[in-house]
Amino acid sequence: MGCTASDVARALRAVSEVVAEHRDELVELDRVIGDADHGENLQRGFSAVVSTLDTAVPETPGAVLKVAATTLISKVGGAAGPLYGTGFLRAATTLADRSELDPAGVAGALRAGLEGVRARGKAEQGDATMVDALIPAVEAAERAAEAGDGIAEVLSAAADAADKGAESTVPLVARKGRASYLGERSVGHLDPGARSTALLLRALAGAAR
Amino acid sequence: MSVGLVLVAHSARLAEGLAELAGQMAPDVTVLPAGGLPGGGLGTDYDSVVAAVQRADSGAGVVLLYDLGSAQMTAELAVESLPEEGTAVVADAPFVEGTVAAAVAAQGGADRDRVLEAAAAAGAPADLGPAPAEPDDRETRQVELTLRNEVGLHARPAALLARGVADLDAQVRVRAGGEEVDAHSVLALMSLGARQGDRIEVLAAGRQAQEALDRISSLVERDFDE
Repeated sequence: MGCTASDVARALRAVSEVVAEHRDELVELDRVIGDADHGENLQRGFSAVVSTLDTAVPETPGAVLKVAATTLISKVGGAAGPLYGTGFLRAATTLADRSELDPAGVAGALRAGLEGVRARGKAEQGDATMVDALIPAVEAAERAAEAGDGIAEVLSAAADAADKGAESTVPLVARKGRASYLGERSVGHLDPGARSTALLLRALAGAAR
Repeated sequence: MSVGLVLVAHSARLAEGLAELAGQMAPDVTVLPAGGLPGGGLGTDYDSVVAAVQRADSGAGVVLLYDLGSAQMTAELAVESLPEEGTAVVADAPFVEGTVAAAVAAQGGADRDRVLEAAAAAGAPADLGPAPAEPDDRETRQVELTLRNEVGLHARPAALLARGVADLDAQVRVRAGGEEVDAHSVLALMSLGARQGDRIEVLAAGRQAQEALDRISSLVERDFDE
């Protein structure tokens, strides 16, 4: 089974719903170590993505992701706007004008997104950021795609790994963003960006089922 | 036609206040604030940063400065999105000092790369900054002046002095209280802490050394037009 532009649009609607459901949780996670706007910002961004897609769904998966990227960049604000925006934009660019994605294409888009986020935020594994959820997720997706799994399995492997990766931020000292100003006091907290990344991948996996 | 500056900050008032400060020292430079969210809240707004960069570019290019982490990301993203690569560039510099240094450099006619350097150098401790060229002893001219203006070599007078020598082919240094700094750097001049009544020595070398001394003497005699 492949993945067309309308599948990608449907997956983004699922992401928007999941973000809305978890808005308060993300706000709360961000309140202790940041400025309490992560849930609010993401919800605003993804509902704007859905509104845009309500008007028209572009023809290719890459074009859909590009619309999502530019909307997120404009609407999200905070650090999450440029980070998620860059991630979606790089994923869109790597897909070019392919009309349908196979499992390897999905894994490739996730890899490109990760590299974009990493370059924009200059974060590495262990800095307690969304990168800690994304790196294991992309690696799991690539392994699943190589093993011949379908898109749903690839995304579900990514989501499982992202959950574990997000949990791994709890004992870490934050080294990026506002949480880094807390130093040792950031230990013991789940990073909101890692959590939202895991939620996002879970929503994509759910939509692909 | 000078290099334009765009100030990307989380707070509109922070960006506006800094633009006002820089504007006092560099009245002919376009310094555009791009702070806060469109609704008035704290945050950075990609669309207004892009719009400000386009407005700030008179053809000589734009340098962006930022306050905190996500403002840097927004600024970098805005730069990458521009149709013409190389129009704008993000300075890695302290927001206030870097903006002031960049504005004064732009006022003096520096090109984009030199404005960027001026901003970046503002963040380096004095002993790590680029070593100013030592004037050649044989050709060095010198004048000693007494500051009579009320605020001494404070921000605006320091900026006037630096601007006054910016376009000259001369190495100019200012001595006060046992310290000696490059006269082209407004921040270095301010760091001398020279006040009303203090004596300063100005040393100049190079083809237009005398012109540099004349201009600085005239500024001091006019009390920096206070």
